[in-house]
Amino acid sequence: MKAIEGFEPPAPSKVNYINAQYGLKSWLLTKDHKRIALLYLASVTAFFFFGGIYAMMIRIELLTPRGDFLSSATYNKVFTQHGILMIFFFLIPAIPATLGNFLVPMMIGAKDLAFPRINLLSWYIYILGGAITIWALLSGGVDTGWTFYAPYSTTFSNSYVVLTGVGIFINGFSSILTGLNFIVTIHTMRAPGMTWFRLPLFIWSHYATSLIMILGTPVVAITILLLAFERLAHIGIFDPAIGGDPVLFQHLFWFYSHPAVYIMILPGMGVISELIANFSRKNIFGYKFVAFSSLAIAVFGFLVWGHHMFVSGQSLYAGMIFSFLSFAVAIPSAVKVFNWTATLYKGSISYDTPMLYGLGFIGLFLIGGMTGLFLATIAVDVHVTDTYFVVAHFHYVMVGGTLMAYLGGLHYWWPKISGRMYPEGWGRFSALVIFVGFNLTFLPQFVAGYLGMPRRYHAYPPEFQVFNVLSSAGATILGIGTLIPLTYLIWSMRYGRHAEANPWHLPGLEWRTPSPPPTENFTVSPVVTWEAYEFAPPEEMEVVGTTHHVRLEDAPAAGD
Amino acid sequence: METGWISWLPEAASTLAGQVDALYFYLSGVTAFFTLLISGTVIFFVIRYRRRSPFEIPRPVAGSHKLETIWTIIPLMIAMSFFVWGTNVYFKQVKSPKLATEVYVVGKQWMWKVQHSTGQREINELHVPKGRKIRLIMTSEDTIHSYYIPAFRIKADVLPGRYTDQWFEATKTGTFHLFCAEYCGMNHSGMIGSVIVMEPKEFDNWLTGNAGNQTPAVAGQQLFQSLGCTSCHGMNGEGGRGPTLAGLFGRQQQLTTGGSVLADEVYIRESIVNPQAKIVAGFTPIMPTFQGQISEEQLLQILAFIKSLHIENPQQPVPAASPATSPAQPRSSPQLNAR
Repeated sequence: MKAIEGFEPPAPSKVNYINAQYGLKSWLLTKDHKRIALLYLASVTAFFFFGGIYAMMIRIELLTPRGDFLSSATYNKVFTQHGILMIFFFLIPAIPATLGNFLVPMMIGAKDLAFPRINLLSWYIYILGGAITIWALLSGGVDTGWTFYAPYSTTFSNSYVVLTGVGIFINGFSSILTGLNFIVTIHTMRAPGMTWFRLPLFIWSHYATSLIMILGTPVVAITILLLAFERLAHIGIFDPAIGGDPVLFQHLFWFYSHPAVYIMILPGMGVISELIANFSRKNIFGYKFVAFSSLAIAVFGFLVWGHHMFVSGQSLYAGMIFSFLSFAVAIPSAVKVFNWTATLYKGSISYDTPMLYGLGFIGLFLIGGMTGLFLATIAVDVHVTDTYFVVAHFHYVMVGGTLMAYLGGLHYWWPKISGRMYPEGWGRFSALVIFVGFNLTFLPQFVAGYLGMPRRYHAYPPEFQVFNVLSSAGATILGIGTLIPLTYLIWSMRYGRHAEANPWHLPGLEWRTPSPPPTENFTVSPVVTWEAYEFAPPEEMEVVGTTHHVRLEDAPAAGD
Repeated sequence: METGWISWLPEAASTLAGQVDALYFYLSGVTAFFTLLISGTVIFFVIRYRRRSPFEIPRPVAGSHKLETIWTIIPLMIAMSFFVWGTNVYFKQVKSPKLATEVYVVGKQWMWKVQHSTGQREINELHVPKGRKIRLIMTSEDTIHSYYIPAFRIKADVLPGRYTDQWFEATKTGTFHLFCAEYCGMNHSGMIGSVIVMEPKEFDNWLTGNAGNQTPAVAGQQLFQSLGCTSCHGMNGEGGRGPTLAGLFGRQQQLTTGGSVLADEVYIRESIVNPQAKIVAGFTPIMPTFQGQISEEQLLQILAFIKSLHIENPQQPVPAASPATSPAQPRSSPQLNAR
């Protein structure tokens, strides 16, 4: 009851960040983090569907064991470009640059990010990097795999390696600037009373992500530069024929690209913490453990790159140590899952669309995380690395995890972002379709992988066909599933029911301002006097035991 | 893979396959149990604590250090059991047994070239006897490949400019898949072949079927002479201006830097293509590099020649190089390549 008191419905206002200014110029030159978030939203969505078309081409090709739909050279470009677009231009920016951009200032009670101009600059850098990459793809494409392994990429590939590399190199700076902006903002711009341990866990996870962005991204930039030096100037760095070391490339590449996996998943974990707590109206169980587990993942994530290289010729003992550390990094993720589960205990759990996505995330992330243990077990990894087992595993984590969290978060904050409600029935339906489609696509790949089907194969022995047909069928469902939210979310921007300031009746700061918010986010500068996820006063805190629910039939929730 | 419509496991045809599968079963069992336990708990909570009225506010529940400790320690213990068992099997996978028949493998875009120590050559096939330990010594002529035999549960990357190795002992006769597992360019998915496991007797017949092949050691000896190695290292590697090669393989070699290095395949290869890298104590760095002048296959032949040189009997670069005529003599038997 008490907690609800903070929910005075803000005076409805006709002017908000969307209609404050009109015209293309007002969008392209905006310094408002919310508008920049929308620019990112439109661009990552475009890249997602671009990458999705490549995914569909892969699945059509693999319907039959013979390479009959695409030539092998085209197929190699298709899977490479699917990976590059999805990883560098969708998964990495998806949550931080859209939801993070929109919500980091709002959740901490700030008017904007610390460096609004740099924020806009980071979007332009992203678009420039993306445009160069697309240019490379359209002028002939690249066939090295998204991993760019040398010496294939430096000496043997006859495709647009350097141009694609330039696109990714430039795009990296957009990540670095976003990370920098978040860290400074979180340190310096929290509203009065918003202490570190009152921050929503979404903020903690973005803080951890930003650390990785700043520390990791320069390494991939350096790696791409070295690759370009060798390819263009024949300076021997990676190719042994001119004095280089091909395994060095893998060390450098994975030193960034393993932490990059956490750039993709940590913000998703932040979204899930919000969804689980808010849609069960409970304080998160073990707040500090969940917060610090994000930092633990960010730190340990830098120490496990060698687990991509168990069969690449690194020493026996290096392999052993990387195996050990890979198990260690699994623990903070497990701690998060346990705390989310415990948060549900004695909650008031709603089945709204965001929660369905959130629960779907837990299911898929469980499978993704558990199969990660197989890969950290070095003797099993020797057999399954570079097979479809690995393909299935990282799709479970990065797509099952990140995409579910992203869509869950998008639905959850959609009323705030757009000022409109999405159609709830369609929302639940889409969550179900995506969950089913996803599992049908990727579960069979675990079996195919253990049976020995190598990845990046354009044609394959016929005994693997049954798994590939199932996968392609699932991918069709998954593809359609992603089109459903695209359609109704766009529809809702015009025809959706107007959203209240606080449609879910939640205590978070972002819900204490109109939907959509004014340009300056809050009409009155907020002062925070409550803990994160404080639905009920702390005096009612239950340690263990009674099943006493406080029923607040008369809660003056906003707008009701 | 011949039985049933869907098989869940690949054929197990090596001594290691069963060990990897046992570990895989353990992992599958434990992770399936916890996946079901956690998702079952989530589903139970979601149903049991579903929202019953739109305005209900549940009581908050305090966190518990005790629970956090429990669910940190228990997964850690289980993970450590995976780690210990996995590393244990991995050591067996990686550490080649001393007594193994050596087979040379060269990967190139997009084929696998194999040479047996008796001289037999194969492309995209590998014939091996059942019940004998085989060690593959592998390198690449161009980019990175990976030699993968699912039925044996082994895989190792094949790198340009360096030797890697792996070993197996087949336990079943038959034909098994051989895949390139590291993406290597246009025809990567065509870089496949078969591993044919034969009864040892049949294999010995197969080996002698194409008599007349030079053994790698004999071919290496000819190269050793034609490339002029003999002028410094002696006709049979007895040494001279260059260090002695007879009996070198497998020994510790003293270096000018004061340290020593194990004279294995990697060291000998490096000494040929990059002779200045490690100088043997008591010698001057006068050897020219042979980088780019000999192919990977020729390098492997010279290596086989050097391995065949023994101090006791420097005249005869045998037994690996004895002519392949007598089927009674099991040339591939482990003793012949003992070192």
